[in-house]
Amino acid sequence: MDLFLQLVLSGLATGCIYACLALAVVTIHTTSGQVNFAQGEMAMFSAYIAWSLIDLGLPYWLAFILTLAVSFLGAAMIQIFLLRPMAQASILSHVIVFLGLFTIFNSTAGWIWSFTIKPFPSPFPEGSVMGLIGFHELGVLGVVLVLLAAVYAFLNFTPVGLAMRAAAENPTSARLVGIRVGRMLALGWGLAAVMGAAAGMMIAPVVYLEPNMMAGILLYGFAAAVVGGIDSPAGAVAGGILVGVIENLAGAYLPFIGNELKLSTALLVIVIVLLVKPSGLFGRTAVNRV
Amino acid sequence: MTHLLEVNDLHAYYGPTHVLSGIHFSLNKGGITTILGANGAGKTTTLRALCGMVTTKGQISLDGRRIDGSACEEIVRMGVAHVPEGRGTFAALTTEENLKLGAVTRRDKHGVTQDLEHMYSLFPRLKERRKQQAGTLSGGEQQMLAVARALMLRPNLLLLDEPSFGLAPLIVAELFEILGRINREDGVSMLLVEQNAELALDLASHAYLLETGKVVLSGSAEEIQEHDQVRRTYLGY
Repeated sequence: MDLFLQLVLSGLATGCIYACLALAVVTIHTTSGQVNFAQGEMAMFSAYIAWSLIDLGLPYWLAFILTLAVSFLGAAMIQIFLLRPMAQASILSHVIVFLGLFTIFNSTAGWIWSFTIKPFPSPFPEGSVMGLIGFHELGVLGVVLVLLAAVYAFLNFTPVGLAMRAAAENPTSARLVGIRVGRMLALGWGLAAVMGAAAGMMIAPVVYLEPNMMAGILLYGFAAAVVGGIDSPAGAVAGGILVGVIENLAGAYLPFIGNELKLSTALLVIVIVLLVKPSGLFGRTAVNRV
Repeated sequence: MTHLLEVNDLHAYYGPTHVLSGIHFSLNKGGITTILGANGAGKTTTLRALCGMVTTKGQISLDGRRIDGSACEEIVRMGVAHVPEGRGTFAALTTEENLKLGAVTRRDKHGVTQDLEHMYSLFPRLKERRKQQAGTLSGGEQQMLAVARALMLRPNLLLLDEPSFGLAPLIVAELFEILGRINREDGVSMLLVEQNAELALDLASHAYLLETGKVVLSGSAEEIQEHDQVRRTYLGY
């Protein structure tokens, strides 16, 4: 029973990280209809920025906040200078650009910081609560929940959040009420990068820092987004937590999966959801009367 | 009387299709002008051209300032509200959120709250539905929502594309009465595109008749109403 509880709790913690990444993917997808394959690499790059700032002697939380800010600006710039000029291009062109970004971030990180694995500090103490959940995992839960609450409040209780939701739902009508839709897209990219950066910094102490650290994590993030419904922010969070817990339990209780096939469970989850309920658990079929 | 809107030699294109071929018209400050014409004459395109939604050539001046070539959202920020064809409802958002979006560019919070209550008193049905997803509203309710949302901008110029579309006759009468009142009391100028020519000519003071992308007739609403060809073709008597 203890083991089960332990697995569920640590699954919740990693699930929260997947949720962050899934939410980043969903944010960009709902605002622009695109799936950013480079989201994970951008998160990895953010984690490296944080590592450099800490290496320079900055206190952890200052480095954390600075990294979020830099990630926000960087991603907004990418949207403005790279994606805006090609707004009319086809989906395939966008896919290629995202793959290009993926490679650029990956190799630039390797070029600047080298491909050797680095340890990444956790701001939380070692040890655990009654042997059930580590302080780091507990801290991750806290950080992610605060971040999610902030994003939720921003989207639902501020005029800019409302404008962003409007621009995502109906860009033409959004322009007709005076919303600068282009800025909303940049804002969406910025927010997504902030969530990705937080995920990167929270997972780095566990998987260690290296340019390929996010490849698997992004896959879990995609699984989470698909489980929850690619157009539903709440679904992304629920999906992330679900995937985290499923992955942990499957790894422990299904002997043929073990640690080696853990990542495959993410793919399996994606396939099952697409077969059984393609819109995802929370995917909304918009009600429309004509 | 000064002109709020002046349009000179306006052309509009959808890709290679030339929809407006050099139209001229103007709109008096505080006036209501209507554009009549058959389907496909270019009425909707004219409204779209005015707020930068289609490719255009020619001059459009709002209050003496050239707005042709400006982005749609910037024209809206100069006080031009558009009730678009098809209503443009944000279907997944609530009625109240839709209304607030109409005023999303305004900075006077207090005034926005006041105007929201004002809209609810003009359209009580919207108040009943304030927390409801706007996509679930009836066609008529969505049309009222589109008009109310446009008014939330406190526009100088209101562009109305078929506001009577899909509304029951009683509600149409009520809506046009409200539009007339807003024009008189708040001095909002209006450019009205309407299938129901009789209704439009009753509300408007000036009218233009469009035929395949050209203005073929213009004058005061009374003159147009008396014009034989218009009577036979558009008014049916």
